[in-house]
Formats: sequence, C-alpha cells, structure tokens
Amino acid sequence: MDMPTLAVWKFASCDGCQLTLLDCEDELLAIAGRVKIARFTEASSEILPGPYDVSLVEGSITTADDAERIRRVREMSRTLVTIGACASAGGVQALRNFADVEEFTSVVYARPDYISTLATSTPIAAHVDVDFELHGCPIDRRQLLEVITALLVGRKPNIPAHSVCFECKQRGNVCVVAAHGTPCLGPVTHAGCGALCPAHHRGCYGCFGPMETPNAAAQVGLLRATGMAEADIVRAFRTFNAGAPAFIELSQVARPHERRSE
Amino acid sequence: MSHRNDRTLAVRALARVEGEGAMHVRVRGGAVEDVRLEIYEPPRFFEAFLRGRRHTEPPDITARICGICPVAYQMSACLAIEAACGIEVTEPVADLRRLLYCGEWIESHALHIYLLHAPDFLGYTSALALAEDRRDLIERGLALKKAGNAIMELVGGRAIHPVNVRVGGFYRAPTRPEMAALAEKLRVALDQALDTVRWAAGFEFPDFHHDHEMLALVTPGQYAIERGTVATTGGLTFAPAEFEDHVIEEHVPHSTALHARLAGRGRYLTGPAARYTLSRRWLSPVARQAADEAGLGAECRNPYRSILVRAVEVVYAVDEALRLIGRYEPPAPCHVEVPPRAGLGHGATEAPRGVLFHRYAIDAEGLITSARIVPPTSQNQASIEHDLRRFVAGRLDLDDHDLTWQCEQAIRNYDPCISCAAHFLDLTVDRA
Repeated sequence: MDMPTLAVWKFASCDGCQLTLLDCEDELLAIAGRVKIARFTEASSEILPGPYDVSLVEGSITTADDAERIRRVREMSRTLVTIGACASAGGVQALRNFADVEEFTSVVYARPDYISTLATSTPIAAHVDVDFELHGCPIDRRQLLEVITALLVGRKPNIPAHSVCFECKQRGNVCVVAAHGTPCLGPVTHAGCGALCPAHHRGCYGCFGPMETPNAAAQVGLLRATGMAEADIVRAFRTFNAGAPAFIELSQVARPHERRSE
Repeated sequence: MSHRNDRTLAVRALARVEGEGAMHVRVRGGAVEDVRLEIYEPPRFFEAFLRGRRHTEPPDITARICGICPVAYQMSACLAIEAACGIEVTEPVADLRRLLYCGEWIESHALHIYLLHAPDFLGYTSALALAEDRRDLIERGLALKKAGNAIMELVGGRAIHPVNVRVGGFYRAPTRPEMAALAEKLRVALDQALDTVRWAAGFEFPDFHHDHEMLALVTPGQYAIERGTVATTGGLTFAPAEFEDHVIEEHVPHSTALHARLAGRGRYLTGPAARYTLSRRWLSPVARQAADEAGLGAECRNPYRSILVRAVEVVYAVDEALRLIGRYEPPAPCHVEVPPRAGLGHGATEAPRGVLFHRYAIDAEGLITSARIVPPTSQNQASIEHDLRRFVAGRLDLDDHDLTWQCEQAIRNYDPCISCAAHFLDLTVDRA
C-alpha cells in the first residue's frame, strides 16, 4: 500500500507551528517512515504534486492572493488540519481587525503604496471547510503527534477541549489566582500546553485560545477581583487569539473606559 | 537553453528557508541587469499594534514575529524596555538570559546546519532524503537540536515562544538539580557539536568571497550574545542607542522587508560570519581550537563557509552553557521590578542570524507610544542581492535549471529569516 502523503502550507505566521514538526526530534524520522512528506517547503526542495491525504495549514489569511491560494489547497487536500492560533483564530496579526489597516501600514512602511494587504486577518475556516483545528501559539508537540497518529489510523484525534484549570489540577500546580491573586486566563483557555504558565508562577495568558464553553461574566469578575484594570482585561483577550469569537465576547464584557467602582 | 544572452530566472518559492520569499534574476545582452530577493511574506504590523500595549507585553508579543528565534525578540525587547525605565538586571539574571540564548543558538544553528543547509553540500533535496542514506548524521543533528531545546524548555519554559521571560528577568528560576540534569545532556551535546565541525569541515566550498563591511555586537572579554556595543570591520563603533543614527532603512517596491544600509557607508552584513570575524578572540579555548582545526582563519568572507562558523558557534554555545550552569545559583528574586516611567529605550542582541534591534517609547502610564524593530535579514538583504549579482554573472554559462539550483543554495548560505524580515523569496531569472 502506498504511504499517505502529507503537505505543509504556510500563510501569515511566524513559522513556529510548522517548526513544531521539526521539533519532534525523537519522532521525525519515524514519521517520515510512515508518511510521505510530499510538500514541506521549509524542510525540503522537493515538491511532489497533489492531491495530498493530509494538509497541515499554518497562518492566517491577510491578502487577496492567499484567500485564493487556500481554496486551491483545500481542493488538493483530503483532510485539512489547521495548526496554531493564526490558522485557527487569525493570530496576533488579527489585532488589525480592531484598527485601521491603512493607518497601520503608514506606521510600519515608508511606502504604503508598495503594500497590498486585506483589512482583516481571518482564520482558515472563514474561507474553506476545515476538518480539524489544533490550537496553540505555538501548538503543542505532543498534540501534533496525536493528530498525525490519529489521522494515520483513521480515528478522531483525542484533544480535550476543557480548560487549562484541568491541566493545573493534573499537574499538581498551585492555583496562582487562589494562592497569589495573580490574574489568570486559565479558566476560559483551551487546554493543551500542560498548564505551563502557572507551573512557572505566572497566570495563563490565553495562547491556546478559548476552551469549549467559557463563562465570560465569571472570568471577567475573577480578573476584576485580582485588581486588574478594565483596559488590561480587554488587552488580555486581544492578543494571540484576538479574532476568536469567545475572546471577542470576553473583551466586550470588560468596560475599558469605566473606572472600577470599588 | 544555456548561453542565451537574454533570459529570466525565477524561483517562486525558496525552499529550506524560514518564511516565504522568491528570487528574480534578469539578464540582458549577456550581462546581469537585476537581481532581486523578493520578500512576499505578508506584513503583520507588529510595530503598529504594539502601540497602546503595556510595557510588560513586548517580550510575549514580539516573540511571535519568529518561531525560530523567539528568545532573540524577547531579549532585545527586555533590554530596550529596561533601558527606557532606567533599570538594569542583576548579573545572575543576565547570566540566566545568556544561558537561555545559548539554547536558541544551538537549536536554530543545528536546524540550519543539518536540516536546511548540509543537504546542499551533499547533493540531497532535504535532510529526510539524506537520512535515507545516512540516518546517523541526521540523528546526530536532531540530538544536538534537542539539547538546545532542552535549555529553552528548562530556562524558558517552552521551546517555541518561551513563557518564563519577563521584563526584569524570569518568572521562575530553575533549581540546581534541574540544571545538573541539563548539564548531563549538554556534555553529550558538546561531543556531537565537535563532530559537527569536523564533518562540515570536509565539505567542498565553492570559491566565492565578498568585501562587505561586517557588523556585530562586541562585548570585550566575551563572545557577544545577549548584549554589547555595535562594531564593524570598518572600524565603526556605536552604542545600541545610536543605532538609528547609523542604520537607515529603505522601502523597496519588491519587498515587504525594509532594506538597511549604514549611513554614508552603504550595504553591510550581520550574522555568524560577522560575529566570528569581530569576536573570534573571545571564543572559548575548545571552540577556538575547533575553528582552527576546521581551517577557519582570522575572518570568514566566503558565505559557503558560514556553515562552519555556525558549527563553531554551536560548540561555543554548548561550552558556554556548561560554564554558566557550573557556577549557577538560583537567583532570588529572579527578576527585578520595572516600574514604568516615560522614556525612550533601545536594545540590541545577537539573534542567531545577527543583530536584532528594538526601540520603544513609553508614556508615564507604561503604555507604548511607538515601537521600531530592525531584524537581521532586512539588514542583510542588500548584501545578499549584491553577492547574488556577482554569483550569477560568473555562472551565466549554466542552463536555467542548474543556475536556479545554485542560486537557491547561495541564498541558503545567509540563512535568511523571512518571517522576521517581512516587514523575503520565489527565484525568477529573466533572460527575455
């Protein structure tokens, strides 16, 4: 039987999520023995023609050309998996969605007329059907291996959609909110990192995006109780997953222009 | 198809580089008319959306400019903000930063040497194709890379976009037993790094030399990594705070990266070869001996031999990491408080690909009012194009396929990081 083929695609991003595949130092050669890596420009000059059994897509859509390119990628891919916060929620570059992109261009580039870009940064699912979204900024190596393994045997990936709080309990972390009053986005953030930030004595900053069923009002109340200012609460949700609908809602519960009453 | 007087070569998607770029070569009347590195990585506007963020946020946010060198962004950001706030970190915290940075050099250089660059010298399209014949070599490269990531994970909390870095220091200091376990891995890695230098020293290096002014940070007494004064091979020296007086960025139509040049002097080159040329004397004895045995002289002006410099720098970074761990005491506290104050701050550090400059203006509330970031690849773009023009001119007898293939290899010598620079490559050769 022919080996299944894997293609890796990049849109607007930092390359960190596809680097995660190369960061599987102990597993990379084993994966290459089970999957034909047919297209992975960062790692190989050889590009085999599609269609591909699995496409891993990194990055968000920020140009008209890329909006067309993702349609061609979808047509060439039996299964399309987005990897990371850019591909799944628009990434940190989706902060333009809350601003004027022309003003942004004039700030960064001396000749804005040389720059062609869309007013928004949007996730892949806003453009084509996506079969599975793997969260994280960056994605977690073990989760990537789980997705590849599951797709190889034809089962659903086992990626829990609960919150970082579960991972803190599993890891035996002391709760940074309860013990130190440190602001933490863990209760509303998708698990997957292994509760890294609380393990380093800092609050979760939400880089895996929203969990399945976040309680916006309770979370904002929790952040207020730690003494966090309203404008800081808005900024906290408008970072690496700024375009995720649940984080947009959370950023709107906070009232940046009002002073806290207590 | 060779020997035509007019032709166009196009590489639409450069492989084995970080990010998305292309190359365009136009030949007219048997002479190279134009060579352009095209950076089409879409702009992400970091310098725009950093405005209005808190002064504590740039280390986490700017890490996302590049998944391959996030620590470089974090370190330059921290230095700039701490300078703006008039704070200096303690020596033990500075040492821990240098250790983390060693991890990034090892990880990034091992990736480039084994997975991106070596296949060119050995005639393979990828490391995976090479691994089919020489699995042991790629296993060694991956093991070395893993050792770098082990530093990143222990000191930084995560290999990509570390979580443990904050303005003023770290959230958590590793324990001594954790450091002792890391040192065990690094002792094995030191042998692998030395074997890497010996292996790469056996490659065939095409004869090609440049005369660019080279620019790097220097820290007398130490090989510069996490701080330093800017120096060039032309004798120019200046503090990071004067960077914008000396480095001028221009926007050219074919690139979303900005081209940098030295005011009144022109193009220059930053990166491992520049560092080696300016700081060779401060390599540790084991790294300097490895450089000598590999035949690296007092300076490195052949871009192909940059793979040797990277290999020597891996030896140095592993050796230096072991030295830092050897004298490690967990700093307590592991950060200093950095209360905001209105001010302007500059920071420059040696990213794996060269000098990375940050500048922030902060208001009295601690909100950022302006930000400027100059990554290594945009500094190098003019020099890379200059070299490619000479490179192509000497190889016009090659057919389009071979010329394109050799141009791509030549570009990989510079380890361009296009994700960083987009603010890079697809090769087209236009012979009409």
